[in-house]
Formats: sequence, C-alpha cells, structure tokens
Amino acid sequence: MNRRDFVKTIGGLGVAALAAENARAEDVATPKEFIGILVDTTVCVGCRSCEFACAEAHGFPQPDSDPEVFKKQRSPSTKQWSVVNRFETEKGEVFVKKQCMHCNQPACASACLTKAMLKTEEGPVIWREDKCMGCRFCMLSCPFDVPKFEYESAIPKIQKCNLCWDRLEKGKKPACVEACPVEALKFGTRRELIEMARAQIAKNPDTYMQQIYGEDDAGGTGFLYLASVPFEQLGFRTDLGTVPYPEYSKDYLYAVPVVLTLWPAFLLALSNATKKENDRESYETANGQWK
Amino acid sequence: MRQQTDNGNKLSLVLSEARRFGRFLLSEMKPKGKIVTPFNVFAAAVLSIAAVLLFIRFTQGLGATTNLSQDFPWGIWIGFDVITGVAFAGGAYVITFMVYILRLEKYHPIVRITVLNGFLAYVFYAGALLFDLGRPWNVINPIIGNSFGVSSVMFLVAWHFMLYMIAEFIEFSPAAAEWLGWKRVRKLLGSLTLGAVIFGITLSTLHQSGLGALFLMARNKIHPLWYSEFIPILFFVSSIFAGLSMVILEGTISQRVFRKQITPQHHAAHDDIVIGLARVCAGTMYVYFFLKVLVFIHGQHWNYINTPMGWWFLLEVVGFVLIPVRLFTQAVRFRNLSLIRVAAVLTLVGIVLNRLNVSIIAFKWYAVERYVPSWMELEITLGVVVAEILVLRWIVNRMPILREPPDWALRRPEAIRKTDFVVKEGEEKQWAVTNM
Repeated sequence: MNRRDFVKTIGGLGVAALAAENARAEDVATPKEFIGILVDTTVCVGCRSCEFACAEAHGFPQPDSDPEVFKKQRSPSTKQWSVVNRFETEKGEVFVKKQCMHCNQPACASACLTKAMLKTEEGPVIWREDKCMGCRFCMLSCPFDVPKFEYESAIPKIQKCNLCWDRLEKGKKPACVEACPVEALKFGTRRELIEMARAQIAKNPDTYMQQIYGEDDAGGTGFLYLASVPFEQLGFRTDLGTVPYPEYSKDYLYAVPVVLTLWPAFLLALSNATKKENDRESYETANGQWK
Repeated sequence: MRQQTDNGNKLSLVLSEARRFGRFLLSEMKPKGKIVTPFNVFAAAVLSIAAVLLFIRFTQGLGATTNLSQDFPWGIWIGFDVITGVAFAGGAYVITFMVYILRLEKYHPIVRITVLNGFLAYVFYAGALLFDLGRPWNVINPIIGNSFGVSSVMFLVAWHFMLYMIAEFIEFSPAAAEWLGWKRVRKLLGSLTLGAVIFGITLSTLHQSGLGALFLMARNKIHPLWYSEFIPILFFVSSIFAGLSMVILEGTISQRVFRKQITPQHHAAHDDIVIGLARVCAGTMYVYFFLKVLVFIHGQHWNYINTPMGWWFLLEVVGFVLIPVRLFTQAVRFRNLSLIRVAAVLTLVGIVLNRLNVSIIAFKWYAVERYVPSWMELEITLGVVVAEILVLRWIVNRMPILREPPDWALRRPEAIRKTDFVVKEGEEKQWAVTNM
C-alpha cells in the first residue's frame, strides 16, 4: 500500500460517509408546537360528514353515502384519505374515524430516501410528488399502514391525509374538523389537546377509558383518541409500544460510520500484513496463476 | 512544412488505428457460436414476453402486471430479485477478500468470473428495481442531492448499490482492457484494484446488512420468529455462505459450459478450490446457525414453535441451514464434490426461503389475503435472469475471464518492454511506483 492507494480509498469513503451522516435529523427541536386533532369517539354519531368534506377539500369523488358501507371495516384508500368505521361494543355502536396519525417521529418520513414524505415543523406529515420515486418503503414502515399507492396508474402517487396542509397555510381549519356537526373533532396544538383530553377524562371518569390513544403510542401521534371502551375493540393496534419507530433503525445507522471508517483501515492493515517481501507488482495480474 | 507532414502522419496513424479498432469491435459484436440453440430460443421467447409485459407495466401501472396490494407493497421483484439476488452476489466481496486481502492465491483463478458475476448480478437484479419503482424517473433524486433522506436505510442501500457497482466495475475492468488491447489503461486499472476491493468489501458489509435493516421498522408486521434487531447481522453473515454457495454452483456450471476456455491446470485445481470454499461455507454457516439459535432463545418465542409458522421456521433453520452445513462438513472431510454441490444447492434454497420469509411470507403472516406473485412477475424475473446469463456468456466468450489473459498482461516486466513500444523510460518508472 502506498500513499496514492490510501488517498484513493479515503476519497471513496468520503462519498459513502454521506449516507451515514445526520441520522437524527428528526430530533432537532423546532420552535413550533405540533398541531393535531383530538377525536372523541364517545361523541361521534357516524354521520360521515368528515368523509364527504375531506373528499371535497382534496378533489376526490364523493364517497358512497349508503349506510351499508358500515357493514365492513374500511381503510383509507387512494381515493379516500379518511374513513369512519362502526364497531359493535359492550357500550353499543362506536364510530371511529381512521386516517394518517401524523406521528411525532413518523416511520414513513424517516424511511423516505428522497424526503418526499416530510414531517413539517407544524406537525402534519405531507407527501411531495416531485420528490417521490415510488419505492413504497413508507408503506412497509408505517405501523398504521396508512400510505396508499396508486397501483392502477402509470404515474402513481402516494395518497394519505396531509391534515389539510394547504388549508392550514391559508389559516383555515382542517376540512373534517370544520365539517363535524357534533364537535367530536377538536383542532389545536398537541399540548392543548392532551390537556383538554385529560380534563375530559377527569371530569367523566365513568365514561372514558383512562387512556388517550396516540399520547405515547408509536412515540406519540398528532391524532389523539378518546374512547369509552378498550382501544383494541375499536380496531386500534395497541401493541406498537411507545418507542418512536425511527429509533428501531437508528442503531443500525449509527453503526454505519463506524464500519465505514474501521473496515478500510483493518483491510489495509491485513492486506499489508499478508504481503510477501518481494511482492511489489500489480495485484490484479496473478503471479504464475494464469500460466 | 515538416511539422505539417508530421501532424498529417500522426493523424493518418490515429485514423487507421481508429478504423482497426472499429473493425475489431464490429467483429466482436457478432455471435461466436451457433445462433439457433435450445437455450437461445428459450431466451428469445422469455425476453420478448418480458418486453411486452414491461411495456404494459410502464403504461398501465404496477397493478396491471403485479399482485402487489396496499397490504403487500413489496413482492418478489424486491424480495427475490433484489434481496435474494444481492445475497447470491455476495461471493464477489468474499472471494476478493480472500485473494487480495488474505492473498490466498489458490483462489485467484476464480476471481474474475466471480467479480463479473457479482457485477452483472448488481446491474441486473438491482437494476430490476427500476421496474418496481412507481416513479422511476425520480430515481436520481437521492443521488443528485436535492433531497437527501439521510435518516433512511434505503438511502444508504441506494448509494451503496451505486458505489459498489462502480467498485466492481473497476475490479473487473482490467479484463476488458486486456480484451481491447489497451495496455497502458490496463496497467492503470490494475493499480486501482486493491483500493476498489477494500472499498467494495466495506460497502458490501454495509448494504448486505442494510437490506436486512430495511425491515427493522416493520417490527409489528413480521412474525416474531423472523423479526429481531439482529436481522442486519444475520443478513450479512448469511450473505457470505450464500455468495460462496453460488460460486460453487456457478463454477460447476462454467467448468462444463466453458470447458474449452479453461486451462487444464485451472481445471485440475478446481476441485481444491471448491473444497476450500465448502470449508469456508461450513464455518460461516455454523456461526450463522449459532446466531439463529441465540436470537431465537433471546427472543423467548418457544410458544410459536408448535404452530404452522413455527414448523415453517424449523424447516428453514434445520432443513436448509443445519442439514447443508452438516453435508458441507462431511463432504469436505471425504473430499466428496457431488455432496458439496448438493449442500450448496440446499444452502441456496435456504437463502431464498429466508429472504422470502422476511420480506413476503412471514411479513403480515396474520393477513387474510396473502400476496402470491402473478405469472407476469415471475416471467419478468425470469427475463432478468436470462438477460444476465446472455450478457455473462457474451463477455466470457470474448474477454479473458476464464481463459488466460494475453501474454503482455502477465506481469513479466521484460514482456511489457518488448511488446509495449509506447512506454517510455520515464513513464515506466512512474508505473512501477503506482504498482507498489
């Protein structure tokens, strides 16, 4: 090994090190508070006004208004960012709105290699068409299975709730919140919403479960839920833990710069250690091996 | 006046050289063997169907050709083509490690074919990723730097694929230079080899494990018997014996198919090479098996063992890790080459099982509607494999991959001095320094 080979190797590593830098980008404190929506499932009457308002606000066809849709569980789709499902529970029918949860530290955004999926400083997780290359790693990573991909299109998009990002920019509330006739949806900063939810639980301890779904689940989410029955009965995953999802691949990403700097050094040393005294020729041509 | 004539002479010399080179390239483009052979007919059929299907895929979207769904965003184009294909291509970094870092000269005869195989595997299997990308025109975004998603494992894998392809191309390029008769280029490229090898091994360590790390955030979607925070390490360790088993299998095939190009010495040495590789396979597979057991005990998942997924897990770990590793050990002891080949094939099946389990089968094992690939996904995958074989054959039939390099490329300095008339005294000294 001479100096030139050394410089070549190090130069190459500099480029590769880019891949490892700044793994904790999401942790940087922002001056703004995250906003969110508090869903009180004990208040919701299942009128689906939020669904229709959502479709109108984002230019989707109006969803089927037939109450038959409640007969099966629906998920948000490429044409509907928000759906309401009905659950039969010990306390009667409960309606639950389902959409992107807008995690505090979203798996989808940390999975995205082009930052097409972006956690904005204000809290909404948005998708940007010009960045996305359609790898669908966000779908694989999202613990709530929210992002949906347009498989039937040659120019497919990822579809998911963006918390009415464009309306927020104009100073308006999200369409679903504005449309709710019974104020089952409340819009505000996450801090205010959690205070509100706690006060609500304290005031009516017999009505509510002593839990706010989304306060800590998957590291905390922008959408928060109150309910009168255990959340498992309402189709929520309660096995997600409280660790933010990006944490699960951070240990790996931290190991990357270590390997990138230590491996070449070890390999160079090993290569030199195994070198024979009179072996000063090119490595590629074999000494007598081909002959 | 004199100057002009000189220039004129030089120009005509350059032109005639260029013409000669053009004619050479044209003659090399022509097929070397018979055109109508069973394999070629098969390949043509597979490739033309794949071309039609790809046209449909790019005009009508992924849904028109694949069975992917909102629940199963990744199918066999990722699970098999990329994730399994890259593990199979691991032989290149292991063999270059053995030959250039440990200087085990015994394995030198298989370096070029292994590196070429690895390089083509990346070009084709990682290239097949483009079929799977919904918006492939944005594939340059993470590279040109207008949006670096540096917290993404996918970002790391994408960059490492790209850099590793360059490293492997550099490792392979001396053979191309020898084919073209570019002597000085050949020397320069040869001098880059060690750097490329070191860089390549480092990148391989990271992206082989990185492919496993892609699944770390799918923790509540993958069956507990397969999900663990050690997936990256398991993927890396298994890529060592996956790659070597592929080298054993591929070597067996090329010893037959390209028999004419292989020198009798290399042919005779091949058995020893295979036995050596089998020994390395056995060693790393014991380590892998041990890790698997450790992860299993550590995970405390005994309760899953007596379920259908548990039996499936045992089939993978016992049937396609423990049994082949025993076979490798036995075969090495008795120098039984056919047994080594059986063990290599079983090992490869085990790798396919493992990678498909993590990415598809144990993924959302609770889902009611399973993902099963469409015939079109399988056809295009077959097309990718066939295309790779055709390019491999084209290169092996032309460049000194299995056969000996030309005399001038062998490293007797006097041979270079005699034939390479363009090297001047001063320059030669420079090269000698570079080659140290």
